[in-house]
Amino acid sequence: MSYGSTTSACRALLQRDLSLVWRQRGDALNPVLFAVMVVALFPFALGPEPTMLARIAAGTVLVALLLAGLLSLDALFRSDLEDGSLEQLVLSPHPLALLLACKIAVHWLTTALPLLLVAPLLGELLYLPQPVLPVLMVALVLSTPLLSLIGAVCVALTVGMRRSGMLLALLVLPLYVPVLIFAAGACNAAQQGLPVLAPLLWLGAGLALALVLAPLACAAALRISLS
Amino acid sequence: MNPLVLWFHKLGSPPYFYRFAGRLLPWFWGAALAGLAIGLYGGLVLAPADYQQSDAFRIIYVHVPSAWMSLFIYAFMAVNGFIALVWRIKLSETLAMAAAPIGAAFTFICLATGSIWGKPMWGTWWTWDARLTSELVLLFLYLGVLGLHQAIEDRRQAARAAAFLALIGIVNLPIVHFSVNWWNTLHQGDTVKLFGPSLIDSRMLWPLLVMAVATKFLFAASLLSRARVDLLELESGKDWARQIALAEERA
Repeated sequence: MSYGSTTSACRALLQRDLSLVWRQRGDALNPVLFAVMVVALFPFALGPEPTMLARIAAGTVLVALLLAGLLSLDALFRSDLEDGSLEQLVLSPHPLALLLACKIAVHWLTTALPLLLVAPLLGELLYLPQPVLPVLMVALVLSTPLLSLIGAVCVALTVGMRRSGMLLALLVLPLYVPVLIFAAGACNAAQQGLPVLAPLLWLGAGLALALVLAPLACAAALRISLS
Repeated sequence: MNPLVLWFHKLGSPPYFYRFAGRLLPWFWGAALAGLAIGLYGGLVLAPADYQQSDAFRIIYVHVPSAWMSLFIYAFMAVNGFIALVWRIKLSETLAMAAAPIGAAFTFICLATGSIWGKPMWGTWWTWDARLTSELVLLFLYLGVLGLHQAIEDRRQAARAAAFLALIGIVNLPIVHFSVNWWNTLHQGDTVKLFGPSLIDSRMLWPLLVMAVATKFLFAASLLSRARVDLLELESGKDWARQIALAEERA
C-alpha cells in the first residue's frame, strides 16, 4: 500500500487547514479585536497622559498580543479532535512532528500574523515612540512563533479535556515569561537608546531551538493525551 | 542477574515498594526531625549574630535549605518523569507526582521567608529581581504540574502528561540557579560554594549544612508517605492493596 510522499501530506494538510480558516474568516479577526480592546483598556485605567502611555506602550502591546495568542491557542486542535481527524493524523505513517509543525505554522499565519499587522496601530494608540517601533516589530516577529510553538506543546497536553481554558493559561504562562522578558528587554533598551541586539539574539536562539524541538515535544505530548 | 539489579527491578513493583518504604519511613522521619532540631538549635541559638544583620540573618536556616530543596525536588520530579515516560515504570509516575506538592510547598516557604527577610534588609517585601522572579516562575510550574495532574481523569495518563510538563519546565532550573551570576541585582550571590571556600563563617555554616541534610530526609520521608498512599489508591483493585485494607480494618 502506498501512502504518498511526506511533502504531499504536508501540502494537503496546509491546504486543508488554510481553507478551513478561510471558510470561517470572520473568526480569524477575533484575536485582533481582542488585542485592540485590551490595549484600549489601559488608557481608561491609567489615564490618557501621553508620556506615561508612551513609557508602557511596548510592554502593553507585547502582553496584549501574548494574551490574544493564548486565547486562540485553544482552537489549535479543538475542531480536529471533535471530527476525529486528529486521531487520523496521529495514525498516519508520516512523521507526526512534521505534520504538527505544519498545523502550528498555519495557526501562526492565521492568528499571529494579523496581530503583527495590527501591532503598529496598537503602538500608535499608546504613543509608542517612533524609534522603538522597528525594535518592537522585530521582537514580535521573533517571539510570536516562539509563543505559538511553546503553546502548542501545552495545548497538546490538555487536548482531551472539556474545560481546559484556565488550566491551559496556568501551564503556558510560566513558559511564556522568558520570551516576554527578552522581548520587553529589547524594547526597553531601545527606549533608553541602549543596544538592542543581545535580547533579540536570545529570542532568535530560542526560536531556532523551539522550531526543532517543539514539534517533537508536541507530538510526544499528543500521543500521551490521546493514548 | 546481578543481585543489585534484581533488587532494583523488584523495587519497581508496588507491593514490594510499599513494604520497603514502610520499613524505611520511621528512620527517615527520625533523621529528619533530629536533623531539624539540631540544625535549628545550632542556627537559632549557637551561631553568632551577623555583624551587619544581627539576629535577622537567622532566617537563612529556613530560607536557603528550602530554596535548595525547591530546585532539588524539581530535578527529582523531572528525572522520575523522564523514567516514567521512557520506561513506563508505574512507581516513577507515582514518585514524580508525589514529589510535586512537596516541592511546591518548599518553593512557597522559600518565597515567603525570603519576603519576610527582604522587608527589614532591603526595605521591601518583593522586588522584581531575577532570582525572585525565576523562583516565582518555578512555583507556577509546580502549580501547573499539579493542576494538570488533577484535571485528567485517568490517573496514569494524568501522571504521564504532568511528568511531560515537568520535563519541559526543567529549562527554568538553570535560570534559577545561575540568575544571581548572570544578572547583578538585589539578591546576593552564592555564599556557600560546593567548590572552593565558602564566604561564611564555619560556626554559621554547619547548622546550614545540617538543615540541608535534614530537609532532604524530610522530603524523603514525606515523599515515601505520599507515594505509599498514592500506590494504595492506584492499585486499590489489586489483591495486595485489598489485603492491606482488610488488615487495617481488623486492627
